[in-house]
Amino acid sequence: MAQVVNTWLRRIPAWPLYVIGVLPPAWLLWAGFSGRLGFDPVKAMEHQMGEWGLWLLIAGLCVTPLRRYIGINLLRYRRALGLLTFFYIFCHLLIWLILDVQILSLIWEDILRRPYITVGMGAFALMTPLAITSNNLSIRKMGRNWRRLHKLVYGAALLGALHYILLAKGFQLPPFIYMGVIIALLLLRLPKVAKRRSH
Amino acid sequence: MSRFWKGRLTENDVTPEGVYLNRRQIMAGAAGLGIGSIAGGPLLAAPSGLEPVPYEAASSYNNYYEFGTDKEDPARYADALTTDPWSIEINGMVDNPGTYALEDVLKGREIQERIYRLRCVEGWSMVIPWDGFQLSELLNQVGVQSGAGFVAFETLARPEEMRGLRNSVLDWPYREGLRLDEAMHPLTIMATGMYGKDLPNQNGAPIRLVVPWKYGFKSIKSIVRITVQEEMPFTSWKNAWAQAYGFYSNVNPEVSHPRWSQSTERVLDGSRIPSRRETEMFNGYQEEVAGLYTDLDLTTNF
Repeated sequence: MAQVVNTWLRRIPAWPLYVIGVLPPAWLLWAGFSGRLGFDPVKAMEHQMGEWGLWLLIAGLCVTPLRRYIGINLLRYRRALGLLTFFYIFCHLLIWLILDVQILSLIWEDILRRPYITVGMGAFALMTPLAITSNNLSIRKMGRNWRRLHKLVYGAALLGALHYILLAKGFQLPPFIYMGVIIALLLLRLPKVAKRRSH
Repeated sequence: MSRFWKGRLTENDVTPEGVYLNRRQIMAGAAGLGIGSIAGGPLLAAPSGLEPVPYEAASSYNNYYEFGTDKEDPARYADALTTDPWSIEINGMVDNPGTYALEDVLKGREIQERIYRLRCVEGWSMVIPWDGFQLSELLNQVGVQSGAGFVAFETLARPEEMRGLRNSVLDWPYREGLRLDEAMHPLTIMATGMYGKDLPNQNGAPIRLVVPWKYGFKSIKSIVRITVQEEMPFTSWKNAWAQAYGFYSNVNPEVSHPRWSQSTERVLDGSRIPSRRETEMFNGYQEEVAGLYTDLDLTTNF
């Protein structure tokens, strides 16, 4: 079964992911500015971009467990997933900066004083070097360090989910579901879990 | 509702659509400036009077967690609510406690229009023309006894009709409270309509409180109980997160919320990209209400 899927996948190149991936943010901006996102389109855009970013982040984290436990190999799409995650979160950040808060002093105050913003910016900071080094040249030059560096994505994912938990008003379930899924996907990477499976 | 109160306002009294459209164009221009102004400093709305937001906006963008936590949820689901018959239980330290049919609460009252800016604790505001009467009239009618210090309010909690009650976001039923002098203040009204029409369910039909110098969540919706009492009442948001939501919750640009500054607010006026305006102390009603708080430190009593 996994073999069949893998054979199939080998025929699908990664580049269409970039093309498809740009469509949702473009649609979102268009929908917002043309009045299709309700009465507060800026908040709608901001939240939707953040949520899509989390989806992509989770999709990227699924690649390794899928290969290890089910045998489906999506490795060649991982760079696209990662770069799109960064692109989505960057859009999320830009919407917050330019369309929402707008005022530089308020932006600084928020980053320094509001834990959910600090945490969100931390996640973005962790993702930036990953995006910059997501190219063949960096992989070649960095060798083992590239793999080490890219483990930062675990931190970015945890901070991203924490950002969501902290900003939700009152007790709401969805942010905890995201955190649970991310923790589960990270646990599946523990050497002990993997070893038990191979015995 | 309209059977015992005919709105005295006609459609013509509501800001004409042309004015909204014109304003929208002005705002679209300002929004363009906004993108460039990020390093240049605050982009604040041009000083304007209390110009109501379109009715469609005020009735489609609501916080009413009994119907869901998304802003669109109340407009989507509040139709399920039965608002007729409706009665309000008034009890506690009053001379005439009892359960009053809404018709009796409203009998003989003159309904006034009050155009207030609604400042939400989430950092946005919109201007809404309410129709209602002063809460003090009702309290005087039932007779507040001496020694009373506070008024507690309770929203309906009817799970069959309010799907949001399935989620324990807050400790239902939603409860709010005012100090007695705040409740008696002439700015404090019980609203039964807006824009000269009956209150839509999502805006708190059939009767709600509006306290314009406090954050919007103090203005409790769909009231079923009013209790006059000696001690400070339980309030739902304070119970959920006391560091963020105080009992008073006066609009105060000096006291920030743990999650955002309150120094400015996004003006939701129908423009695609809301501009920001500086938040005014007591939401602009400083002259009227500052006197209520002269012996309170408002940074600790937020």
